[in-house]
Amino acid sequence: MAALRTASRLAAPTRSFWRPSFAARSYATITENSSYDTSASRPPVSPSKTSTVEEPKPDKDARIKTFHIYRWNPDEPTSKPRMQTYTLDLNKTGPMMLDALIRIKNEVDPTLTFRRSCREGICGSCAMNIDGVNTLACLCRIPTNTAKETRIYPLPHTYVVKDLVPDLTHFYKQYKSIKPFLQRDTPSPDGKENRQSPAERKKLDGLYECILCACCSTSCPSYWWNSDQYLGPAILLQSYRWLADSRDERKAERKEALENSMSLYRCHTILNCSRTCPKGLNPAKAIAEIKKSMSFA
Amino acid sequence: MRRSGLQREVLKLYRQCLRAAGKKPEATRDNFRMVARREFRKNQMVDKKDFAAVETLLRMGSRKLELYSSEGVKDIH
Repeated sequence: MAALRTASRLAAPTRSFWRPSFAARSYATITENSSYDTSASRPPVSPSKTSTVEEPKPDKDARIKTFHIYRWNPDEPTSKPRMQTYTLDLNKTGPMMLDALIRIKNEVDPTLTFRRSCREGICGSCAMNIDGVNTLACLCRIPTNTAKETRIYPLPHTYVVKDLVPDLTHFYKQYKSIKPFLQRDTPSPDGKENRQSPAERKKLDGLYECILCACCSTSCPSYWWNSDQYLGPAILLQSYRWLADSRDERKAERKEALENSMSLYRCHTILNCSRTCPKGLNPAKAIAEIKKSMSFA
Repeated sequence: MRRSGLQREVLKLYRQCLRAAGKKPEATRDNFRMVARREFRKNQMVDKKDFAAVETLLRMGSRKLELYSSEGVKDIH
């Protein structure tokens, strides 16, 4: 290898012999027959004879949208939360709010914090308050009207961990309290799966799709004021999902747990939950069904 | 010395932290105490009239306490 390298080095200067000088590559721009005056005293070409270099023009049909985003940093506990403004060209951004947020985080401000995972409305991580409506950022289209400014807040009436990240510990604790799993005392008749008829399975439609994004619970005024005891629409929907399940055998206990003035009956049919649900479910109906089964049982 | 409710809350949390540290294995107990002291010292300069900040710190602190006081946490740095 080394022998080859020295050989090529030796051969290199000989190249110019059988190569014309104009074809040889060189770093200097001055050639022997240069017609330019290279002296330092040479006067500059007047501006009328040169082209003008302009500031890069903003794209003619750029659609600049303004986003106001809630910011709060826990590392500075004495600082107040603030609204920070970002502008994005919608032509270079994906159609959804989450695309805009990701673009801001990637290109403008990497300190912006939010939860996201599946970007298709299946995980429920990116729940936030966009233009006053609780929704998933990945399912919310950016309004194409650029004159209107978008405001993004974390879910209302939740403790904020950072920026757009809410503390859902209490929400998950409440979910745990309803025992969201199949409870049976008797084994299935043939020792295999616990079977359901298609009609029984159909009762679970509109219940099992809930992804626990907490949009509905945090939009419920009743939950805002009594979140310590009232379970909230999302949890009650899940509670009903197990009450409606034909395979579950602890229905009486489940109902008994709800039999008090706070857990269930703080629902005053405000219906914010059904209006806001980004998955198009109807928690209010599920709560009404629980109330019905409790009063007629 | 007469203390405000918030001050008593802070002291209560500190006391809880030290008591939780006492339940840890003897070898690492001091580490837990040190961390508790360090965390409180870090925010010692927060104005006692800044209720929002103190309440936020209290809440964050009690969350951490809950996390670290669980059985599975054996050591801390």
